Amino acid sequence: MSKEIVELTDANFEDEVLKSEIPVLVDFWAEWCGPCKAIAPTIAEIAGEYAGKAKIGKLNVDNNRDSAMKFGIRSIPNLLIFNSGSVAHQIVGAVPKSNITTLLDEVI
Amino acid sequence: MNRKVIIIGTGPAGLTAAIYAARANLQPLVFEGQQPGGQLTITSEVENFPGFPEGITGPELMDSLRKQAQKFGAETVFNQITKVDFSRRPFKVWSGDNLYTSDTVIISTGASAQWLGLKSEKKLMGYGVSACATCDGFFYRDKKVLVVGGGDSAAEEAIFLTKFASEVWLVHRRDELRASKIMTQRIMDNPKINVHWNSVITEVLGTTDSGVVGVKLEDTKTGTIRQDDCDGVFLAIGHTPNTEIFNTKLELNAKGYIVTKPDSTYTSVPGVFACGDVQDSIYRQAITAAGSGCMAAIDAERYLED
Repeated sequence: MSKEIVELTDANFEDEVLKSEIPVLVDFWAEWCGPCKAIAPTIAEIAGEYAGKAKIGKLNVDNNRDSAMKFGIRSIPNLLIFNSGSVAHQIVGAVPKSNITTLLDEVI
Repeated sequence: MNRKVIIIGTGPAGLTAAIYAARANLQPLVFEGQQPGGQLTITSEVENFPGFPEGITGPELMDSLRKQAQKFGAETVFNQITKVDFSRRPFKVWSGDNLYTSDTVIISTGASAQWLGLKSEKKLMGYGVSACATCDGFFYRDKKVLVVGGGDSAAEEAIFLTKFASEVWLVHRRDELRASKIMTQRIMDNPKINVHWNSVITEVLGTTDSGVVGVKLEDTKTGTIRQDDCDGVFLAIGHTPNTEIFNTKLELNAKGYIVTKPDSTYTSVPGVFACGDVQDSIYRQAITAAGSGCMAAIDAERYLED
């Protein structure tokens, strides 16, 4: 995982995401999910480009089922954009980079 | 910069075309589309691709093909082509507002899962409505799910989902399955699987907050409507070719597949070639797609030489 990407867990979700001072993009993913792997390079690029402006985190749903359930994740890849502790946008499925950055730019 | 070859789509067909075109020094520009790697990225194990006696996962296979294409100079971009103009040369393709031109175009946009076409289904896609049990089954542990369809892929999805779900119901429009004997037997023998015979879904119930909570089912014999509670709906009613943007630009058959000249990948427009599932409703295998991708690159190379 690139150094700009935060590894999220059920334990650190509140501190890293809900209490974050800058917007957070959370990528819900799993090892067995092909489309998740397909968008991983895009997420890494975004993490590099938005360093300091937005936090980019990945949450492995296999190991952190509570957070996935809490936000009603029923399909991955699933990207949630949090702003001031609540969900501002949701993107379901693998989408081109510009779809993600457009929504991210709205909350920055 | 005008290109010699633009390839649209990166399943086994598009990436094989990219490998061959790149090795022929044509420096192909490859658009990866919505689902880089194509349908194989949502399968688990591929056991019938020659050369992998132990099997290989779909995503790994596609990753290898992409690397192989890039090694020889194929340039891949994670963007989707949204519009084309094949009326004059060089051909024009657009990704959003960005225009690209090329002397030849290879179309390998594949096919996507078919949807019922209901408004409620579209609204709840990703919120309980899914066309990929291997992707989303995990989220239905101890829940009740419906699988729509009666063929082998519906049977496979239903059996896969019993690993997680407490109850799986097939929804099938007829009174017998279209699936092979062996798959039908597995369905009948599985205590977690039941079938709603002679039934079609007319509405998926739920909101994006609640997720799917149930469906309305119509009895195809009597027309009676009944409601069934469930947490998820999986579609397995076949595939439809991704040819929306080529409609009226190329000859398509009645089912929307691109028509190719026999024993070639030539479409109705010289210089535009098609390979893989977008022109094949019969075989639809990774290896046949790869084979036709190779043909498309060779056809394009020869066309450019003439």
